[in-house]
Amino acid sequence: MMATKINKIMNDVFIIGVGMTPVGEHWDRSLRELALEAMTAARDEAGAMHPEAVYVANMLAPALSRQSHLGALLADFSGMRGIEAVAIEAAGASGGMALRQAYLALASGMVNTALIVGVEKITERVTAEVEAALISSSDADYESIHGLTQTALAAMVMQRYAFEYNVPEYAFAGFSINAHANGAKNPNAMFRRPINLETYQRATILSDPINMFDAAPLADGAAAIFLARGDVLPSNLPFPPVRINASAAAISTVAVHDRPNPIFFSAAENAVKVALDRADINIEQINFFEVHDRYTIFSALSLEAAGFAAPGEGWKLAESGAITLDGQIPICTFGGSKARGDTGGATGVYQAAEAALQLQGRAGEIQVADARTGLIQSIGGTGATVATHILSTVETL
Amino acid sequence: MTDEHDGMIMQSKNPVGFVGYGAYIPRYRLPAKEVSRIWKGGAEGTPIDEKAVAGLDEDVITMSIEAARNALARAKINPAGIRAVWVGSESHPYSVKPTSTVVAEAIGATPHTLAADWEFACKAGTEAVQAAIGFTGSGMARYALAIGMDTAQGRPGDALEYTAGAGGAAYILGPADESLAVVEGSYSYTTDTPDFWRRANEKYPSHGERFTGEPAYFHHITSSAQELMETLGTKPADYTFAVFHQPNTKFPQRVAKTLGFTPEQWETGLLVPRIGNVYAGSALVGLTAILDIAKPGDRILLVSYGSGAGSDAMSLHVTERMLENHELAPRTEDYINRRTEIDYATYARFRGKLSQ
Repeated sequence: MMATKINKIMNDVFIIGVGMTPVGEHWDRSLRELALEAMTAARDEAGAMHPEAVYVANMLAPALSRQSHLGALLADFSGMRGIEAVAIEAAGASGGMALRQAYLALASGMVNTALIVGVEKITERVTAEVEAALISSSDADYESIHGLTQTALAAMVMQRYAFEYNVPEYAFAGFSINAHANGAKNPNAMFRRPINLETYQRATILSDPINMFDAAPLADGAAAIFLARGDVLPSNLPFPPVRINASAAAISTVAVHDRPNPIFFSAAENAVKVALDRADINIEQINFFEVHDRYTIFSALSLEAAGFAAPGEGWKLAESGAITLDGQIPICTFGGSKARGDTGGATGVYQAAEAALQLQGRAGEIQVADARTGLIQSIGGTGATVATHILSTVETL
Repeated sequence: MTDEHDGMIMQSKNPVGFVGYGAYIPRYRLPAKEVSRIWKGGAEGTPIDEKAVAGLDEDVITMSIEAARNALARAKINPAGIRAVWVGSESHPYSVKPTSTVVAEAIGATPHTLAADWEFACKAGTEAVQAAIGFTGSGMARYALAIGMDTAQGRPGDALEYTAGAGGAAYILGPADESLAVVEGSYSYTTDTPDFWRRANEKYPSHGERFTGEPAYFHHITSSAQELMETLGTKPADYTFAVFHQPNTKFPQRVAKTLGFTPEQWETGLLVPRIGNVYAGSALVGLTAILDIAKPGDRILLVSYGSGAGSDAMSLHVTERMLENHELAPRTEDYINRRTEIDYATYARFRGKLSQ
């Protein structure tokens, strides 16, 4: 019995270092400088170790910075010439998918250590160019050709959801209020002021029914995590390693209209099911859930797809307070995309870093009490790609 | 100037000041809600109440002449003694052919005079004032005329269309003992910051949206104002009035508050809600509203901002001579109250927005 457990640890994959830049408008800092800051911080926590491989998560650099080939660029800029490096792109799920590729490499035993860095530099361009770059992750021939934006797509989903389930006005306010309450206590968050229902109700409509507080701001930032196999874990780590219990990903159609049920995130349902199965736990054992709340409707759909609420009832968890830090299933504990700020393809890496801090008991004022197992979910497009990971403390084994 | 003040600020060898000043604001007003009605179905909040619009027969030349004549009336000098006529604007009617030669001729300052047009986005006017301080302060000229005037361009439907207004002011620089307000010192802070620009032959400007805020407007204004006050040894409480470049209602109030000023100090010069952003004339016309009510002994801080980017800061001290000058030309409030409201269609015609 004991031997099995040790063997499992040897083959397991752990997060042993995290680094994050504040999210915001970093006018005076370049893509590579942001990435370097996060990479250096994560490596420092891992004892300044050289990783064997670097995985970069990014979705917009080719369009906004006219820069592709980020694997080589960032590995070289951070002083790691000679190692292997690659960039992973899966729209908003790039972060989760980069983590998954690194996890697969380590779990296979072919790579022992890896550094994952998610980076996005949005302020290179004005809004119209950013919108044009963003919508390239939808179906170009059938969606963006009509002039749809990401927000417009999400708005149609939200409208249909409200219609089908007869949802009351302001039903989604609780998601935004929760995100801002937590973001207010996250030093890396872009928005650090709590909001109330009145603020939410007064907000300008962006794309009916999505208002300013339903939509996450897109901003600059970089996050990094250092992964190591159990058999190469350094002995004198400053913080307890966090185990990656399970990794899973699934896709749905890119175009929303191709889905039999456009108001259900089927890829999220698949990915969470597989992840729970691989981790051999049930949903009640999840202590917190980092949803990818690009829009408040995404939070509702993610909670429903994961099984925390029945279809059409996810918003009730926001209304009842179940999603707050001391609720039944805390979400967006560091502010989520709404208040921390959404960093495009880097968001999934922020989620992993934040979940690691929760599990290491390093979340400060936003610590989830007795956090042992967390679910993180990275979403690309309007639910087309979903990467899900389950992280836990070593003691939970 | 003592050694410890031998910093970056500028003080002329011979003390100089404003011998005369004059404003000009055209009569037409386009309410911001008209722009919102046409482009946003009336749903968008507006950054100002209304903006001043130049009439069909007005441009930066005619408006500069109006303001220069007002400045001359207050200065009570012979225009032939003006040895430089400098007009700062981003709306010069000609690319090649100076605005300033027409102005100089019209006011009787030719032919023994320099004349040139200045360009530095919204601080072209204060740049001309800085040069005039140097020109008169060095003794090369007794009087120099510096003007900031604009009929600003805003692309139809762009956020700037709410605010891009028309107006400005003229200042005659001369010896301190003839001045209504003496220049105590000035400073200029410049970097290469591309926040707003219009390439040659383009009709409308482009801008970097939120980049025009923190790293551009706020950084440059606070840098220049703080450097000037530190070197002069003044603090916000020493000033009766402060006036800043005013592209909208929010920015100048926020920067004033950040620097430590109070609403009582900035409200008099804050004209943007009623006339819009008059670009190269913005801070300078705000200053005319202050001078209209200023009393001897008042201290005034003027801080401009020009995209591209830079900021001029000036510390002024009002003299006894001010009292006799207020009534010699129309006050800025008179121009603001002379108001004919127009709709978007009339505005489109006046500003040549229709092309067939």
